[in-house]
Amino acid sequence: MIDETLRQVLDDEGRVTGTAPEIPDADLRALHRHMLKMRTLDQRMLSLQRQGRIGFYGLATGQEAAITGSAYPLRATDWIFPALRETGVSLWRGTTVQELVCQLIGNAGDVLIGRQMPMHFSDRKVNSVAWSSVIGTQLVHAMGAAWAAKIQKKDDVMVGYIGDGGTSSSDFHAALNFAAVKQAPVVFFCQNNQWAISVPLSEQTVSSSIAIKAAAYGMRGVRVDGNDLLAVIAVMREAVERARSGGGPTFVEALTFRMGGHSSSDDPTRYRDPELVKTWEKRDPVARFGAYLRGKGLLTDADVETWTAEIGEEISQAVTAAEAMPAPALETIFTDVYAKMPAQLETQMKYALALGAGTKFDGAFPL
Amino acid sequence: MPQMTMVQAITDALRVSLREDPRVVVLGEDVGKNGGVFRVTEGLQAEFGADRVADTPLAENGIIGGAIGMAMYGMRPVAEIQFVDFIYPAFDQIVSELAKLRWRSANQYSCPVVVRAPYGGGIRGGLYHSQSPEAYFCHTPGLQVVIPSTPADAKGLLLSAMTGEDPVIFLEPKRLYRSIKEDVPEGRYTTPIGKARTARAGEQLTVLAYGAMVPVSVEAADMAAERGWSVEVLDLRTLLPLDTEAVLESVRRTGRAVIVHEAPRTCGYGAELSATIAEHALTALQAPVLRVTGWDTPFPYTLEHTYLPDAKRVFAAIEHVMNF
Ligand SMILES: Cc1ncc(C[n+]2csc(CCOP(=O)(O)OP(=O)(O)O)c2C)c(N)n1
Ligand SMILES: [Mg+2]
Repeated sequence: MIDETLRQVLDDEGRVTGTAPEIPDADLRALHRHMLKMRTLDQRMLSLQRQGRIGFYGLATGQEAAITGSAYPLRATDWIFPALRETGVSLWRGTTVQELVCQLIGNAGDVLIGRQMPMHFSDRKVNSVAWSSVIGTQLVHAMGAAWAAKIQKKDDVMVGYIGDGGTSSSDFHAALNFAAVKQAPVVFFCQNNQWAISVPLSEQTVSSSIAIKAAAYGMRGVRVDGNDLLAVIAVMREAVERARSGGGPTFVEALTFRMGGHSSSDDPTRYRDPELVKTWEKRDPVARFGAYLRGKGLLTDADVETWTAEIGEEISQAVTAAEAMPAPALETIFTDVYAKMPAQLETQMKYALALGAGTKFDGAFPL
Repeated sequence: MPQMTMVQAITDALRVSLREDPRVVVLGEDVGKNGGVFRVTEGLQAEFGADRVADTPLAENGIIGGAIGMAMYGMRPVAEIQFVDFIYPAFDQIVSELAKLRWRSANQYSCPVVVRAPYGGGIRGGLYHSQSPEAYFCHTPGLQVVIPSTPADAKGLLLSAMTGEDPVIFLEPKRLYRSIKEDVPEGRYTTPIGKARTARAGEQLTVLAYGAMVPVSVEAADMAAERGWSVEVLDLRTLLPLDTEAVLESVRRTGRAVIVHEAPRTCGYGAELSATIAEHALTALQAPVLRVTGWDTPFPYTLEHTYLPDAKRVFAAIEHVMNF
C-alpha cells in the first residue's frame, strides 16, 4: 500500500528513465510555458515586493513541476484546497495574472477586496478555496468536501495541499484518518520542500518518508520526484482516477526543494547552507522538462524567447492596470461578516464612514 | 543603562532566566537557529544549546501541551507561539488543561508555563497576523494575561511571569517591537503582575489602555491638552488579574473614562472595564464610559489603518465625553 521508492520518469538531465505518461504534444508545450510563467511571476513579484509595491510574497521557485503536475490531471469540476505555494494551480485552472496581481496589492479589483494577505487567493470560478493562513486547516476541509461528494454520489475529486511542516499539525491526522475511514475521494498532495521556514525536515519528522505516514491510516501512500513534471503527472493521474472511481484517498509526497526564502520576509542564509541550495539548482524542474521537450523536438530557443516576452508583457500590463485601481471602499470591512448586516454593525459602519469623511456623526456618540 | 527595543528587552529577560535557572527552557517554531521570526530568541540557542532553546515540529498543541508536561515535571518552560493568531490549535490545551490543572488536581500539580506570542495589528500582516484575542483568555479562570507596552516593562513583567507559580499568557504588541528604544536595567529585576502604570498623568479624564494602544492614547491625550483638557492614560499592563484599585482610583478622581483596545468591541476587554467602573464608581462619573475599539469584523489587510483605533478616533471619544 505504501511505495517509498521515489517515482521518476526523467533523470536530472531530462532523459527518460521511466514510463512517460501519455500527454498530447500541445499540452506538453503548454505545461512548459506554464512553468515559465510561474518562474517569471516569482521574479517579477518579488521585485515588486522589494520596491514596496506589494506587501508580501511567497515564492514557488523550484517547485513548479510539483505544482503544475498536480494540477494537470484534474477536471474543472474538481476542487482544490491550496496552501501558500499553490497559486500556480489556480493559474493553470483559469485564474488570470491580473486577478492575482490585484490580490497581491489588495485593491478594489481584488476578488477578495483586500481582505486577505497576499498569496491567500480564493477563486471560486476555478473551484479553489484558499487557506486561511493557519497551517493544516485546509486539509480537513478537502476531506469533508470529498466525503460530501461521495454522499451525493458525484464523481468530483478534492485535492488538499500541505507542506512538510504541515504534516505535524493535528489537522493532518484528522484529515487522513477520516478520509481513510470514509473512503473519501480526496488526494492529499504534500509538497515536501524539506523546510518549514527555518525548521528542516529532520526536525519535523524522523519517519523514513512522509508517504509512509499514510500506512498508519490504512491509506495508499506514494512518493514522487517533485521536480520531475512527468512523474508527478503520472502519480497524480493514478491517484485522481482511483479517487474518482471509488478507490478511496491517496497520499502523495512530492519531494522537492524550496529554492528561495520561506517568503519575502525571510532570510534563509541565517539557517541553511547555500551549498545545499546549489545542489538543488542542478535539479531544476523547468530546465529538466525543457531538456526533455527539446530532445523530442517540441521546444526551441525561439519558443522560450517568444513565451518569455509574452509572459513579461502580460505581467507588465496586469501590474499597470492593477496599480491604477483604488483601494477597496471602507464599507468592505463591514460587509460579508454575515449574510445580512446586523444593526450594531451597521451603526459601526456609519460611524467609520463619518470619521473617514472627517464629518461628525449626528446626535449622540453612536457606539 | 543600555537602551533597548522591546525585542531586545524580551531577549534579555529570556537570557537572564536561562543563565540563572537550569529549569528554564524555550520552545517553539523557528526559535532556534533562526532566532524566531521576530528575532526575539536571537543568539539564545547558540549560547544555551538545542535542549534549552528548542525548535519544535509545527503543532501548537504539541508546543503548549508539551510545555504543560514539562512544567508538571518541574521545569520552567517558555513557549513561543509564532503569531497569536496561530494559538487556536492549542486553545484546548490552554483553556482545558493549562488553566485548570492546579484546581482540578487540588493543588497537587501546577503548570507555571509562560506562553509568549506577538499580537495585534499595524504591520500589514492581514487577518491572521494581526488579531488581538486577549478577551478569550481573560474569560478563563486560572490564567494570567499580561500585555506590556514598553521595553522596560516587557522585561520586568516577563521575569515576573517566569518566576511566578501560575501560567501566563504574555502578549507582545509586535507593532511596538522596534518602534521605541528606552533605558532598560541590566540583570534581573521584576515588574509586578497585577499592577497598572500611569503612562501620562491627568485630572479630567482617564483613558484605559494596554499594549500598542498606550502610545496611541498618549497621543490622543496630547491632542486633548491642546484643547485645555487634562487627560490621564493608565497602562493596565496586566488584564488578568486587573489592577481594579488603580482603575477605580483614577476614574473616581477624574470622573470620566474612555477605554481603548484594538480587539473587536463586543465582549472585548473594554466591556469588563466598563462593568467594573459601573459597579464601583458610578456616582463619580460625569459622563458615560466610552469604548474605542476595533470594529466587530475580522481584521482587514488593506484597510487595517481604518480598523485600528488611532489618536484621532480616541480623541473623538475624549471630546464627546468632555463635552457631555
Ligand atoms: C498553525 C500555524 N502555525 C504557524 C504558522 C506560521 N507558519 C507559516 S508557514 C510555516 C511553515 C510551513 O512549512 P510547510 O508546511 O513545510 O510549508 P512551506 O512553507 O514549506 O510550503 C509556519 C510555521 C502558521 N501559519 N500556522
Ligand atoms: Mg515545507
